Amino acid sequence: MELTEKIKSDISDNSIILFMKGTKDMPMCGFSNQVVQILNHYGVDFKDVNILEDPMIRIKLSEHSGWPTIPQLFVKGKLVGGADIAMELHERGELLDILDTSENE
Amino acid sequence: MEPDVIKTLIEAGIPQAKVEVVDTTGTKDHFSAIVISDLFEGLSLVEQHQTVYKAVGNHLTKEIHALQLNTYSLAQWAQHNS
Repeated sequence: MELTEKIKSDISDNSIILFMKGTKDMPMCGFSNQVVQILNHYGVDFKDVNILEDPMIRIKLSEHSGWPTIPQLFVKGKLVGGADIAMELHERGELLDILDTSENE
Repeated sequence: MEPDVIKTLIEAGIPQAKVEVVDTTGTKDHFSAIVISDLFEGLSLVEQHQTVYKAVGNHLTKEIHALQLNTYSLAQWAQHNS
């Protein structure tokens, strides 16, 4: 329960947060790296949580989000999606709007 | 896992969906899927992908290492190909 609370407060305290394999400086999975590269492309600041540090993080996170896979990108407390959705929103030109809103409020 | 098994799971969970599943690495654990269904109309991308994840169930965290998804409603698919 404590871990779930920590995950929830991380999501609400950070306007952009990426749960990923590895860190933003050293991603350990191609899909996690893909989202890091997209976020870096827009130059936005974001918090990274390395789910490999504790296997329970992934389990509790997926229980909370209803999303089975990693990475998971949250903006303003809301799940934006994983690598496929981040890439699709990026290609559609919609991602910057989503990321910007979080910074303005 | 065979791509056809995943296709069958998705079709069972999303009736009348058009589904294509490809084994992207030839190792039967990395897949790419296109799913087209009218049930996706009005849903966000997150909700569309969650619908597919639900259909595939707990295979996702076991036999399947990666499942890349592209989901479209019929209207979105028509637009995608125009």
